[in-house]
Amino acid sequence: MISIVFSVLLILVVLGYFFGRQRALSSSGGTIGSLHSRPPYHGMYVASWVGIPSILLVLVWLTLQGPIIDMILVKSLSATKLQGLSQSQIDIIISQIKSLAAGNVFGEPDAEAREAAENYLRWQSIAQWAMFAAAVAIALAGMALTSGRISQLFRARHGVENVLNLVMIACSMIAILTTLGIILSLLIEAMRFFDRVSITEFFFGLNWEPQIPIREGQVTAGGAFGAIPVFTGTLLIAALALLVAVPTGLLSAIYLTEYANPRFRSIIKPILEILAGIPTVVYGFFAVLTVAPAMRDFGAYLGMDIAPNSAIAAGAVMGIMIIPFISSFSDDAINAVPNSMREGSYGLGATKGETITKVLLPAALPGIMGGILLATSRAIGETMIVVMAAGLIANLTANPFEAVTTVTVQIVTLLIGDTAFDNPKTLAAFALGLVLFVVTLCLNVLALRIVQKYREKYE
Amino acid sequence: MSDTAIKPTQGHRIEWGSEQQLKNVKRRYAADRRLQLFGLGAISLAVLLLGILVFSLVQTGYKSFVQTKVLVEIPLDHPSIKRDEPGKGSYRVIVRNAFRSNFPEVSGRRDLRNVDRILSSQARFIVRDYVVANPELVGQTIKIALPLSDPFDQLHKKVIPSQIAALSQREKQLFKSLQDRNVVSIENDVTVVQIDAFIDPEKVAAQDLDAGDYEGVVKEGLRSYFLNYQPSSYEPILADNAADAVKNFVQQNPGVVGQTVQVKVPVSEHYDVLNKGSEPFVTNPRFDSAKQIEQYKALNEKNLISTPFNWELFFNSDSRFPEQAGLAGAIVGSFYTLLVCFLISFPVGISAAVYLEEFAPKNRYTDLIEVNINNLAAVPSVVFGLLGLAVFLGFFGMPRSAPLVGGMVLSLMTLPTIIIATRAALKAVPPSVREAALGVGASRHQVVIHHVLPLAMPGILTGTIIGLAQALGETAPLLLIGMNAFITAAPGGILEPATALPTQIFSWADSPERGFVSRTSAAILVLLGFLVIMNAIAIFMRQRFERSW
Repeated sequence: MISIVFSVLLILVVLGYFFGRQRALSSSGGTIGSLHSRPPYHGMYVASWVGIPSILLVLVWLTLQGPIIDMILVKSLSATKLQGLSQSQIDIIISQIKSLAAGNVFGEPDAEAREAAENYLRWQSIAQWAMFAAAVAIALAGMALTSGRISQLFRARHGVENVLNLVMIACSMIAILTTLGIILSLLIEAMRFFDRVSITEFFFGLNWEPQIPIREGQVTAGGAFGAIPVFTGTLLIAALALLVAVPTGLLSAIYLTEYANPRFRSIIKPILEILAGIPTVVYGFFAVLTVAPAMRDFGAYLGMDIAPNSAIAAGAVMGIMIIPFISSFSDDAINAVPNSMREGSYGLGATKGETITKVLLPAALPGIMGGILLATSRAIGETMIVVMAAGLIANLTANPFEAVTTVTVQIVTLLIGDTAFDNPKTLAAFALGLVLFVVTLCLNVLALRIVQKYREKYE
Repeated sequence: MSDTAIKPTQGHRIEWGSEQQLKNVKRRYAADRRLQLFGLGAISLAVLLLGILVFSLVQTGYKSFVQTKVLVEIPLDHPSIKRDEPGKGSYRVIVRNAFRSNFPEVSGRRDLRNVDRILSSQARFIVRDYVVANPELVGQTIKIALPLSDPFDQLHKKVIPSQIAALSQREKQLFKSLQDRNVVSIENDVTVVQIDAFIDPEKVAAQDLDAGDYEGVVKEGLRSYFLNYQPSSYEPILADNAADAVKNFVQQNPGVVGQTVQVKVPVSEHYDVLNKGSEPFVTNPRFDSAKQIEQYKALNEKNLISTPFNWELFFNSDSRFPEQAGLAGAIVGSFYTLLVCFLISFPVGISAAVYLEEFAPKNRYTDLIEVNINNLAAVPSVVFGLLGLAVFLGFFGMPRSAPLVGGMVLSLMTLPTIIIATRAALKAVPPSVREAALGVGASRHQVVIHHVLPLAMPGILTGTIIGLAQALGETAPLLLIGMNAFITAAPGGILEPATALPTQIFSWADSPERGFVSRTSAAILVLLGFLVIMNAIAIFMRQRFERSW
């Protein structure tokens, strides 16, 4: 049905275009030069008024149709059937009726459910036909209204350009809408979480055991939502990653900018960038397949007991992933130091190494710091490596050889397979997501500020 | 700036040729070389790590590009197969009996079942599909190559051994300590260990020598050699009949009750083999029996086993059985997801970038938009997954696991990349082009659409392809909207449940079967192959079409 609606609308749009162009041509009386706008603009003008309002109507209709029909469906059910039921139980009845309507009969549905299913099907077809009729009516109305205005002096091009402006503004608003959507959805779900679990417990509690009974009779732990061990685990793994990435990335950048010849640089730089282009799920598997067993063997060789999902394995692999971030930011920062400073240092007789450590690095420090902050934000928000290689159990420890868990691991494990947003377990993921979003946002803003300030200094 | 320079003060001259100064210069240049070396070391480390990553993936993954198969002769004369309805037949029985005919000597339920388990449990469906495709073969005998089950596939590819060492390094060390004490010897071709057994009257009553706790006596005797170890670590050294040796000894010498005597007790089979100088092995527990391995070897000797290219990897969808699992569903799912992502992010991204670069007035609102775009580029991907879950699935009620939702979430992540690349490409078009077009009377929109955009298009497309390549590798947001479901058929449209390549890799990496380790690496190689192709296209377009002004 939806595809039929869209194809009919598409046909109407094409018709509108040719209709508008034809009308413009005939109104010109044979001399196209007498028109204000060229005929295709007239066509596009009509087509945009045929297409845009009707397609918008269909999209709005489609998003509202489901919830409204559900509402009518609940209203139509007798009060006795719904008495004393919670919202989630009502949802189950609704989905049973829907599957009955789709032809999947399980067991012996009662008469009321059968009737409701029939009603549901009827309403749905009514809604779809109504949508079809409304969309076509709006499209035709658009065609009638606009084609009436076509004349020699009609400024169709201005009309089309105005529509284009509106479309472009709407497209650039999507960035703002996305940010708003992220903030609102995280805030709303997190508020629902904090209705059930106190904020102080979440931010200061030392015990994280989110596996609470969701269904009746499920045997789980009591449920505790103190997120401190999750935060410390995240910081531990991020710190380990930086410990690997910062020296490696910084030293590579120093060598590439100051020592390497252009040929070497042009080969090595893309190779380092490959590290940034490898999907994180690949790094995660690499950690599980190669790094963690190697670390375990190495630990056994030294007589140490290293957990199979130790923080150090996840942190080291994450460090490999962020090497290119650090190196390319440091590269840019060192390159941006004015040559006069470099030459001045050489002129005083300093060696290359002295110039780097005493002149270039102090001058480039803000840029490098910005890169490190961005890399930190990357490390905190990185998901797949830790989901595959780090632990699930929140463990309050600073020992890199033990298993710890992170914010992103918890978000993914709490939400995989669960969509019911009515228990603290799934809502906790949104609270963690809010913390993650705020922290990474602050780090990013700070990093961009530092980098910008620094650029201004030397420009 | 340099603190190595000595301040020239009045009346004090620096002797540049002095030994101390020469040393100083040497030291400074050594420090310079050290820094250079460290830099080179860091680069080598990064390149080495990349090499290890690729090498370990190739090393485990390349074996999944072939599949171990066995040629089976199957008579299609079973009464249950009808020519007009070839899909309905008891193919399980047909395939089973055909395969069992390789081993006419095997009998017994358990042994027969073990024979069946050499062949993939999915073989019957392959035969069924083959017959359905060629119904004229009903009644004839066909020869068809069917996949082996996962353990035998892995055995044939030499990923897992048929036998594993029976004793761990630690167990061997324990036994070595016994040998070092010179208490191990061979008597009557049986390895025995001499222990000081205290015939405890509480364990062995003098009146009833038959019923005593001789096992306890033997264990107690062995314990004296291993005072610092857990009993479970050294007791397996004793053979089952070790207690009998003591019993015989006591029965022959009833007077020893209450005394400590030296007895030689036999050791268990594996230690016996070890003491005689060879390495003890047991059948790998992944196989049901040693006989099964002999049967596999017999098939191999008859040249019935082959390893053709594993087309199933590309044409099958997911399966619980690694020998039948393929990537078709994931590749199609990824294609639909990227298609949706492209259809949304390409037009929207270009429109937004054109507006911001060419038309937008410089004010607080456009600043806000720009800050937003830059920040979105750095938001963790899992947060986009939360957005998709709460808004697209929760609020709008879109279907779970659908490529439509996956593509929409990914398009939000790709937008900043495309917008930034498009703006850079638009900036690179020189102002003279715009001014010339404006000069001949084009409107600003006409300038952009007719002249600037076509000139910027190669740069825009390059950025788009790079953005899509990033989207292809994204996993976390797809996990949250349920695109890691177990789905055994390729999706037929953007609204049907699907998986994507990265989520398939994630779920295979989580599977316990040995065969999935190799499959996961192979899937990663396929994913990396797609990424390399996309990036190569981007680089080619940049070099071929991008002009410098």
